[in-house]
Amino acid sequence: MMECCYIKEVVKGFFSLCTGMRVTMGNVFTRPATVQWPRESAPLPDRFRGHIMMLADDATGYPKCIACTSCARNCPSQCIIVTGKKPEGAKKKMADRFELDFTKCSLCGLCVEICPVGALDFSRDYALASYTRNDFTTMDLLQELGSPF
Amino acid sequence: MNRPIQPTYTLDKVGEENFALNLGPQHPGTHGVLRVVLHMDGEYILQADPVLGYGHRMQEKIAENMTYPQALPYVCRMDYLGALSYNLAWVLAVEKLCQFEVPERAEAIRVIATELNRISSHLLWWGAFLLDLGGFTPFLQALTDRERILDILEEVTGSRLTYCYFRFGGLPSDVDEAWLTRVLDFIKEFRDRLPRYHDLVTGNVIFHHRSKDVGVILPFDAAGYGLSGPILRGSGINFDVRKHEPYSGYDRYDFEVPVDQNGDCLGRYNVRMAEIEQSLRIIEQAISAIPEGPVRSKVPKLIKAPEGEVAVAVETPRGQLVIYIVSEGGKKPYRVKYRVPSFANLSIFAKMAKGQLLADALAILGSLDMVIPEVDR
Repeated sequence: MMECCYIKEVVKGFFSLCTGMRVTMGNVFTRPATVQWPRESAPLPDRFRGHIMMLADDATGYPKCIACTSCARNCPSQCIIVTGKKPEGAKKKMADRFELDFTKCSLCGLCVEICPVGALDFSRDYALASYTRNDFTTMDLLQELGSPF
Repeated sequence: MNRPIQPTYTLDKVGEENFALNLGPQHPGTHGVLRVVLHMDGEYILQADPVLGYGHRMQEKIAENMTYPQALPYVCRMDYLGALSYNLAWVLAVEKLCQFEVPERAEAIRVIATELNRISSHLLWWGAFLLDLGGFTPFLQALTDRERILDILEEVTGSRLTYCYFRFGGLPSDVDEAWLTRVLDFIKEFRDRLPRYHDLVTGNVIFHHRSKDVGVILPFDAAGYGLSGPILRGSGINFDVRKHEPYSGYDRYDFEVPVDQNGDCLGRYNVRMAEIEQSLRIIEQAISAIPEGPVRSKVPKLIKAPEGEVAVAVETPRGQLVIYIVSEGGKKPYRVKYRVPSFANLSIFAKMAKGQLLADALAILGSLDMVIPEVDR
């Protein structure tokens, strides 16, 4: 009686193995699900969150930032330093220093949301690498923009 | 009474197959930095002592030192697999405290996103659980499908794992028709792929031998230890926060709460697999009945909560999460308490592991679906 049960188990196990193997073998003929990075890369969605970047005013090429420091005050990790002063003859303040400590940033986007003039946006940089830590602890976001100072 | 973590047997017994074994903190079977000190008699476990706290980050204290919006990204990092449920719980709690309105469209989108997140969490559990049991193919199968959910959620939230999408009073951005169609396409294709999952694993004899009657939790114990989620339902107790204390408009959708009477690893497996299908149903209903309108109501930029206390329960993929906030008025909460599901679920492990084989203990740990940062928080 025991042997009969044992053989039954073996046969049952064999068939369940075949069912499983059928699924596995079916995958041999499908296209690979992976992307061969770095030769090709997956498309980035529109709302991709890279590190933040400063947007320039289209007319002047100067940063849009008015140095109100809401972003710095709202940041959960205190990773933004922003100061500003008035350019000569202008009415509003403008940022003369905007530094991001990207090693602390958690990419939550509260700064982008809170900005009253829409001066911040997410960049699309994702493959960031450097030999020194300083490149990310003090990222100067105003570097590539024009400056009245 | 403090139970000693060091082994209690005398030295002369060492060598007679009686020894202490550290399972973790870096063991793939514990799915995180959990350490379990196992007192073994050969292959059998005499006593299991989970040692927690390797990933403790003072989440509650952090939330107490932050303004309400600032705590948002931190909450989502507790349970990295079900981040949207945590996100939802925090915004629901603050909305209840400050009495913010939420538009119906925002509620529907919240449900869609959270249920997608639940499916992705269950898929990863499915793969990892079977990896614990020694099957590698399921892991790859599950990750292939999970990847598509991550792509869908990335398109709307901007991140792939630690989502921070919900805001007080609604959502920061609306979704378009194309995204909803993409979700529906995914559901259709995923429904076609689900039978494969069952072919590969559910009917497999080896899997049955490993999971049936292993790690049985009686309903009495399940309730007594404060278990929740699929583990509680796998022990035959019908309780789901979405059904019994509906939030975010879950009462508008028609879905069942899967329950399994066996209470073993297989029972918990069956509950989770059935839950995936129910989540698909909820998403379909939410999309077909999605109302038009705004996604964010008028909320002051500087949130100052009134004095009071509030508790909100949410069903995460792992069970019942309760966020309790005490406010003394002002921008920051006075006290925040997270009642996390994994912590309670882990508490029964010591009882279940006693007298089991080591390999079965890993199957039990896998079936509990632990997220250790959530336990340690």
